[in-house]
Amino acid sequence: MMQYKETAVTPQGWILIFICWLIAMGALFGSLFFSEVMGLKPCVLCWYQRIFIYPLAILFLVGMFPLDRSVVRYTLPLATFGWLFAVYHYLLYSGYIPESLQPCSKELSCAEINLELMGFVTIPMLSILSYSAIITLLLIFKKRNTL
Amino acid sequence: MKNKFIVAAVAILFVGLFIAAADLYNNQKNSSLNSATLENIEYIQRDYSPTLGPVDAKVTIVEFFDPACGTCRSFYPLVKRIMSENEGRVNLVLRYLPLHNGSDVIITIFEAARLQGLFWETLKLAYKRQDAWVVNHISIPAKLWGQLDGIGLDMDKLAVDMKSVEIARRVKQDLADAKQLKVNKTPGFFVNGKPLINFGYKQLQQLVASEIDEKYP
Repeated sequence: MMQYKETAVTPQGWILIFICWLIAMGALFGSLFFSEVMGLKPCVLCWYQRIFIYPLAILFLVGMFPLDRSVVRYTLPLATFGWLFAVYHYLLYSGYIPESLQPCSKELSCAEINLELMGFVTIPMLSILSYSAIITLLLIFKKRNTL
Repeated sequence: MKNKFIVAAVAILFVGLFIAAADLYNNQKNSSLNSATLENIEYIQRDYSPTLGPVDAKVTIVEFFDPACGTCRSFYPLVKRIMSENEGRVNLVLRYLPLHNGSDVIITIFEAARLQGLFWETLKLAYKRQDAWVVNHISIPAKLWGQLDGIGLDMDKLAVDMKSVEIARRVKQDLADAKQLKVNKTPGFFVNGKPLINFGYKQLQQLVASEIDEKYP
């Protein structure tokens, strides 16, 4: 069985990491747009999610040149913790977790919905989708590379 | 090699898109701010607000300020400079926007001092000694109280006047107007009703200059 197709111009699986990088870059510039251009102040939970997604934009870039087969080892943990924060935030946002449990200050509520694109897309939703997509792609990459 | 070019191009694309989108967003916001201000012209100026400079000046700077705000302190002499550079043509109206905790009490002190005809003296002194009564971005009225010596304030009268219903009403009205005008940072400037959109001393100078050109051809 051929494990590595190094002969190909583009190593197998490279595209997966490339897509992960695109998502992380989208999240980086998107979140900066929300806070710096639109002036939506990030709440505490948003910051924790930023902490885990920003380094991914760099790590994926480094992992692409040359393609690092063990990129999953150090990016998946980051994505997983970020995903946990995103899920918690989403539950808070949609009211499944009562507001009294939230760790945010009174001035900047994490449960307050301050942006709804097209009526239903919220920022925590975008965060969950990005993290979930990255995790899925990383798992596919891992599976392909351990066959 | 091809992939490196793709990634580099995408990275540049991200930056470019960000800048373009930010530009677009700001332009739209500015035009909506301008039109909103025209609709909200009545909220910008109230007849009860403290005013400095000639009454018949045709250019009026309205400044929403918080006495605990460091940038407001820095801008105070700059605004006065603009006024003296355009002697007789510019006046200033101050509106309260207490964003720091405790600043709402500080401005009732100012308003009570105003009843004694010492508003500007009190403001100047409060700015001068700002570091003494603003601690970790919180205004501490008791500390300002101890700093208000030497300008001839009747402190007993001040304490009584601070409880005035009219003062509370004005403070509330200023807050409501600031909200209506979407002023959420201090200092917030309007020159003849036009908002200072890009903040800065040069920008304020230019806005005032353009209004002077218009009113004093």
